[in-house]
Amino acid sequence: MISTLSFVHSGAVKRGLQASGAIPSRFTVGDAAVQPTVGEPFSDQARMSCRQVNVYYGAKQSIIDVSLDIGRNEVVAMIGPSGCGKSTFIRCLNRMNDTIPGCRVDGTITLDGVDIYGKEIDVVPLRAQVGMVFQKPNPFPKSIYQNVAYGPKIHGLAQSRAELDEIVETSLRRAGLWDEVKDRLDQPGTSLSGGQQQRLCIARTIAVSPEVILMDEPCSALDPIATSVIEDLIGELKSQYSIAIVTHSMQQAARVSQRTAYLHLGKLLEVGQTERIFTRPRHPLTEAYITGRFG
Amino acid sequence: MTTSTFFLAILVLSAAAYTLGLKRAMAVAKPAGGLSRLHSRPAHYATLTALWCALPALAVFSLWLALEPVVVKALVVADLPEELSRLSTGRLNLVYNDIKNLVAGNFLGTAADPALAAAAAHYRQLKTISQAALAVLVLTGALAGTVVVHRKIKPTLRARNQVETIFRVILFLCSSIAVFTTVAIVLSVLFEAIRFFQSVSPGEFFFGLKWSPQLAIRADQVGSSGAFGAIPVFLGTVLISAIAMTVAAPTGLLAAIYLSEYAGPRLRAVAKPLMEILAGIPTVVYGFFAALTVAPLIRSGGSLLGLEASSESALAAGLVMGIMIIPFVSSLSDDVLNAVPQSLRDGSYGLGATQSETIRQVLIPAALPGIVGGLLLGVSRAIGETMIVVMAAGLAANLTVNPLQAVTTVTVQIVTLLVGDQEFDSPKTLAAFALGLVLFVATLILNIIALYIVRKYREQYE
Repeated sequence: MISTLSFVHSGAVKRGLQASGAIPSRFTVGDAAVQPTVGEPFSDQARMSCRQVNVYYGAKQSIIDVSLDIGRNEVVAMIGPSGCGKSTFIRCLNRMNDTIPGCRVDGTITLDGVDIYGKEIDVVPLRAQVGMVFQKPNPFPKSIYQNVAYGPKIHGLAQSRAELDEIVETSLRRAGLWDEVKDRLDQPGTSLSGGQQQRLCIARTIAVSPEVILMDEPCSALDPIATSVIEDLIGELKSQYSIAIVTHSMQQAARVSQRTAYLHLGKLLEVGQTERIFTRPRHPLTEAYITGRFG
Repeated sequence: MTTSTFFLAILVLSAAAYTLGLKRAMAVAKPAGGLSRLHSRPAHYATLTALWCALPALAVFSLWLALEPVVVKALVVADLPEELSRLSTGRLNLVYNDIKNLVAGNFLGTAADPALAAAAAHYRQLKTISQAALAVLVLTGALAGTVVVHRKIKPTLRARNQVETIFRVILFLCSSIAVFTTVAIVLSVLFEAIRFFQSVSPGEFFFGLKWSPQLAIRADQVGSSGAFGAIPVFLGTVLISAIAMTVAAPTGLLAAIYLSEYAGPRLRAVAKPLMEILAGIPTVVYGFFAALTVAPLIRSGGSLLGLEASSESALAAGLVMGIMIIPFVSSLSDDVLNAVPQSLRDGSYGLGATQSETIRQVLIPAALPGIVGGLLLGVSRAIGETMIVVMAAGLAANLTVNPLQAVTTVTVQIVTLLVGDQEFDSPKTLAAFALGLVLFVATLILNIIALYIVRKYREQYE
């Protein structure tokens, strides 16, 4: 099984490389299959730790042997070509993959030292601790207020209406949306602009006081101005949360993250300080990707 | 020329015109420097030719259909002997009918009057002339249209625009047929209803508590004075519809939620078609089921509990009607639940919501307009349903809200009023039109409410 897989992968890599025609010839494909991650995948202040994580969709393996830490107050950016498993990987971190039939995860993923795939773990509180913001803004068919209050209500975080009001206001303030919507909290969340909707989704996520926030290409459906607002917001949020962000934009990764991880065909090829990755990549495929030679 | 041969001829002629137009377009394209020099594609020129062949012919034919009987009648009547042509209009129509019957070869019962026989011969002759004239006119129209367009085909002719305009007009006419039919039905019901309200006051009809639409045929007949208070009938409809929706709305909605959110793909593949089969069962079969199985069950069950239930009851009809409506509600609700984007489910799960919280607080609000639409469709089915009620709820117009008694509905009364030989000037028959009008207005109001709700929630939720 393993040998078949690595054969398939090498074939795909080889085709990609030949097409780009830009990879140094000393790099051989056979090495890529066994090479460990280059750089610094581990953190001293790890919030979430992943060790030898493999993800299978039925018989197809989409994440191969990934080990990575997400540190306290840190933004980790996941970059890599389409289909490399970035989204699949971060969806493991709050067990969103559980909802996909035929998906299997092995290896260990811990949050503050607790195995989140352990038998005694319930996904409901886990997802409150590890929040998620999606690619497309997806406000619920409710008012702005109810969108933010939804999470606190289902988790019983507020004892009274006043407390709930406070949670909603704080969350909207942190998401930088309060001043824009404070006079129309009863209007539907869908009446906001795309960028505002995405900030509403971030406020909704913050409202359940998570420890880690996962963002799956949060700006890919937004215009440049809305994108820069969200990027500033991410910069502020990291003082309180650990953030893992998937992005297709290398500029965005460079702007918002402290560490960057490069995934390629389900493998984590290189992790390191963002500045170092973008100036002195060590893995030839990372270099090829960030210089735009393929991907 | 019969109608079918006429249409066949038009079809053949326009096919020929199409070919001619195509050839002509090709021919004018060549000297101009190829097909790309033409304003439109060759098919547009060909279609334009074919349309101008068929449309004048069709116009002539329909005009002929409308005018020919009038003209022929006027000519025949003008030629009748004086003692016949001086008759009143009603008698004259009878005579004219006799003439037509003679022509068709129907036996009139008496030996034919020589004047009538002469008129019949005249009629037959006029018909022959008219047929020939029609054939000539239609052919001329078709040929003239074809020739004119054929001549006009040039690279600069804007054939595509003209063809599109003609098709837009045809589409408009087709859509107006539906509208005009509705208007015509409403008007015909309305006028008959007005005639009804001339003999029975609207106050009595809408607020009267006694429904007994039998009129005395002889003056000395006893006990058939006729009472047209429709409240018992309306109440019966409301009662049975309410029972039906009490069964159908929760069952259908919960079944839809199970099928779309919980059931595995294999169960879904079996269960959904099975539920939709329910919708395909003829209502008369449901009627058997209601009258022969459910009604006796209710009666024996009622007597066990010490309740008196009649053998035909609103409950039996309502329950079975509810079962009939379940697939409407569930199928529509299932579709709208499936149409809720996966991203909303992901967002809710991502916040740590359970499946039931997600369904109650996110999916159902998002799908609400569709669900309301499905429910109102179910209600209008219930109001309009006839067969089950005829068989299981009885005909007695009891003023009651007790579901164990026999009641009657608007639809059932319309059926009973119009079955058999009727005179169309008695209030008894005309009452059916008044009831029909009420039924129409009720469903119209339901639809308006449904549209309003759907629009309101759409503004809020999409």
